[in-house]
Parts: sequence; C-alpha cells; structure tokens
Amino acid sequence: MTTISVTVNGKQYTHDVEPRTLLVHFLREQLNLTGTHIGCDTSQCGACVVHINGVSVKSCTTLAVQADGAQVTTIEGLADGATLHPLQEGFWEKHGLQCGYCTPGMIMAAADLLKNNPNPSDDEIRHGLEGNLCRCTGYENIVKAVRYAADKMSAASVS
Amino acid sequence: MIPSIFAYFAPTSVAEAIGLLTQYGDEAKVLAGGHSLLPAMKLRLAAPGVLIDINKIAELRGVVINGQINIGALTTWHTIEHHVGLKGVCGVLPEAVAQIGDIQVRNRGTLGGALAHADPSADATAVVLALDAQIRTHGPNGERTIAASDFFTDMLSTALEPSELITAVICHKLGAGEGAAYVKFPHPASRYAIVGAAAYVKLSDGKISTCRVAVTGAGPVPTRQGDTEQAMLGSDGSAEAVAKAAKVSGATMDILGDIHASEDYRRAMVKVYTKRALTTAIARARG
Ligand SMILES: Cc1cc2nc3c(=O)[nH]c(=O)nc-3n(C[C@H](O)[C@H](O)[C@H](O)COP(=O)(O)OP(=O)(O)OC[C@H]3O[C@@H](n4cnc5c(N)ncnc54)[C@H](O)[C@@H]3O)c2cc1C
Ligand code: FES
Ligand code: FES
Repeated sequence: MTTISVTVNGKQYTHDVEPRTLLVHFLREQLNLTGTHIGCDTSQCGACVVHINGVSVKSCTTLAVQADGAQVTTIEGLADGATLHPLQEGFWEKHGLQCGYCTPGMIMAAADLLKNNPNPSDDEIRHGLEGNLCRCTGYENIVKAVRYAADKMSAASVS
Repeated sequence: MIPSIFAYFAPTSVAEAIGLLTQYGDEAKVLAGGHSLLPAMKLRLAAPGVLIDINKIAELRGVVINGQINIGALTTWHTIEHHVGLKGVCGVLPEAVAQIGDIQVRNRGTLGGALAHADPSADATAVVLALDAQIRTHGPNGERTIAASDFFTDMLSTALEPSELITAVICHKLGAGEGAAYVKFPHPASRYAIVGAAAYVKLSDGKISTCRVAVTGAGPVPTRQGDTEQAMLGSDGSAEAVAKAAKVSGATMDILGDIHASEDYRRAMVKVYTKRALTTAIARARG
C-alpha cells in the first residue's frame, strides 16, 4: 500500500492505495465518484476521461499513485453549484446523448478541446473527440452540443 | 481489468533509475506515458514485478533547439505537436505526432516510450529513421548514442540493453533545400498506422542528393526503403521519378497481413503512401 494525497473537484483526499490501482477505480470505488465510467479494456473508448492538473487523460490508463499531489477534476466537479457548465447545458439542449454512458468522458474531453481551441470547426470537434466512442448518437448531436458550448463560452468571454 | 501486483518506484534522477533497473533486472519495467505498457498490463500481456516510473525525472522532459534538436525521452506527443520552435526547424515531427491516437493519448504518450516499445504500427519510428536521428541512452556502463537505423532490431525489439534508459532523441534542423513529410493510413478506431511512410530529401542544384524513406505499420519492423532511396538519387524529383521510385518501396521487406488489412493490400498501400510522402517532402524542399 502507498499513501496518496489527491485533490479531487477541489476537495483533498488522503488514501492508501495499491500501486496497481487504476485512477478510475480509485475515483469510482474509493471516492464513490461514479460519474467517471469504464467502457473498454483497451484504452480506446474515452468513457473514463478526467482532467489531471487541467489536462484530459484516460483515467483507466493512469495509476492512482501517479495522481499523487495532483488536482483532479471529474464530471462531478464541472458544474458551478446548480449552474450547469456550458458543455453540460449543450448536451442537454442539443440532445447530445441517448444512454449517456459516453457522456461524462465526452464532456471532459470536449472541455480540454475548447480550452486549447475555443472556436473549433465541426471538423476540429470531430477530430478532437477521436478518443471518445459513442454507440448511440451517431455523433451528430454531440458535435452540435460542443458547438453550442463553444458559442456560449465565447459570447461570455466577449461580454 | 486490473494489472497484477507490482512494487512501485518513482526515482527523481537518471542515476537512481538505472540503479533500480540494475538491481531488479528482468523483473523491472520502466513506466513513461504508460499508453503502451499499462494497456498490456491490464490485459496481463505484461506483468512486471517492479515498475519504475520515470515521470519525476525532470531532466528527461522538454525540447532544446540550438545547433541541433534535442528532445528529451519523456517529452509528450502534446508538447511536440504544439512546439512552435520545432514547427520551424523540423515540421515533420509535429506533423507526424499530431496524427497519433487521440488528444488523451497525446497528452500522456512519450517519444522515448514509443521508440523503446517499437510497436510495428507506431508513427514516430518511421520519422526518426527518415530523419536519421540519434538515440541517446544511459545505462550501468554510461552513455551511448545509437543511430535510428541500428535501433529497431525485430518486432517489438530494439538495440536497448535491459538496464538502459533512452534519455533523448537528437536530430538535425532542416534548412533550405531540405524537406520531410509523414503520411499515414490510420486504423479507424485506434489511429495506429495500418501503413505509414516518412520521407526526407535534400536537393542540390535541383537534383536529389540525399533521400531517406521509412515505412511503418506494414511489417514487423519499421524499415528504410533502400531501393526507393537509390532510385531517387540524382533525379530531378519529378512526378515520374517519384512514381518509379515508389514502385519498388516495400519490395524487399517483410509485410504482414491481419484482420485490419491483408498482406497484398498493405503491399499496395506502401507504394501509395511512399509516393505521397516523397511528393510532399520534395515540394517542401523546393520551398
Ligand atoms: C488508444 C491508443 C491509441 C494509440 N494510437 C497510436 C498511434 O496512432 N500511433 C502511435 O505511434 N502510437 C499510438 N499509441 C501508442 C502511444 O503513442 C504510446 O504512448 C507509445 O507507444 C508509448 O509511449 P509511452 O510513453 O506511453 O510508453 P510506456 O507505455 O510507458 O512504455 C512503453 C515501453 O517502453 C519502455 N520505456 C518507456 N520509456 C522508456 C525510456 N525512456 N527508456 C527505456 N525504456 C522505456 C517501457 O518500459 C515499456 O516497455 C496509442 C495508444 C493508445 C492507448
Ligand atoms: S475505459 Fe475505455 S478508454 Fe478508459
Ligand atoms: S449516448 Fe450511449 S454511448 Fe453515447
């Protein structure tokens, strides 16, 4: 066992973990933050995407010990109290989900995408979400949801 | 799936890492970006007893451009992709790296990890071959420099000794009359190269005086295409010359077929992608 200290969604946790514990299992099973999903065994689906120090990563392909001392943000930490993040609002408004399994990862990946490219073209949105698979929506409405958030966030930063 | 049990060390210097590698020998594996190793450990295809995480070794990270280009082994794809200085002096590196996997893979994956792993479908392997890069390593017996052309020895195998670390990759800056390009046919889900081709050319008095072409994805080992390179030398780089040279690309290398693409299909694509890479490299060399 190794002791790690991680700040998750602004709250600090100190826990003992086995070195082989994956970050996603630590979040889901030790912190009960089950918004982060596991959709594959091959690091390909993106259902598990979270941010470590503001950078999007697949938490199924990161060890919990590697997050020692870091700031982690999960889907549970994205909204500002009762106010949804523009991406959450976009997925709601534009019907960017059906079963919702891929949605937390989609949103966390899209948040990183918009940070680096606040006004992406539809092509850039598709390219930027290459690491996230959705078996329901056909992606069309996911692109619209990200577009909605990009427009809303750039309008907010102008005003 | 969960990896099998291992002891975890996070050394903060190269010397400390090599000490641990020497102490634990075959049992130990280095962890860099973890995007080849951890998936293999989750599937229990790899089960090292000791994991040596090199991410806290700051000296292994970053790009330095002076007389030449020095890229630390731990530098992520993300850093290379967005490095403004690199775009100016060796644009083929950011170009190739931007085609790897997805944003999350590029946020974690490292150049040193990809070269040490030597996945037959990796992208960077072909690029370091075409650039004639040098791979710096550090082991119990000190430092070595291995030419990329001597580095990839077999499927998933390299010239690296078991207790050696890759510390950096060194390549030269491309100047006037030089051009390089990387093009690939990506697997639609993983984005790994089904076939990828990297080309470098140098023009002297309008004729091709140096040419290097390397192919990845098609066979067990990333491979320089000597026949194609020879065919380009002394030519004017015209479309006809490129078409002729591309025809012999892949002719003497082992080509594999699998569920993603048959051997015949890959053989055909090697020629197509060699032609595209050469055409773009020559256009860039002409400026
Ligand atoms: C979904 C997915 C898609 C991908 N798509 C692509 C793609 O399109 N193209 C592509 O090229 N790659 C792709 N990759 C692989 C990715 O680029 C890996 O990150 C890379 O191959 C390995 O780098 P790493 O830093 O993650 O190495 P790790 O996984 O940490 O290590 C890999 C191996 O190298 C050894 N090692 C690592 N660093 C060193 C060092 N400095 N010295 C000595 N040994 C070392 C380790 O012990 C291990 O054996 C993909 C991966 C995933 C999960
Ligand atoms: S669970 Fe599929 S990429 Fe992490
Ligand atoms: S909404 Fe069902 S997987 Fe995307």
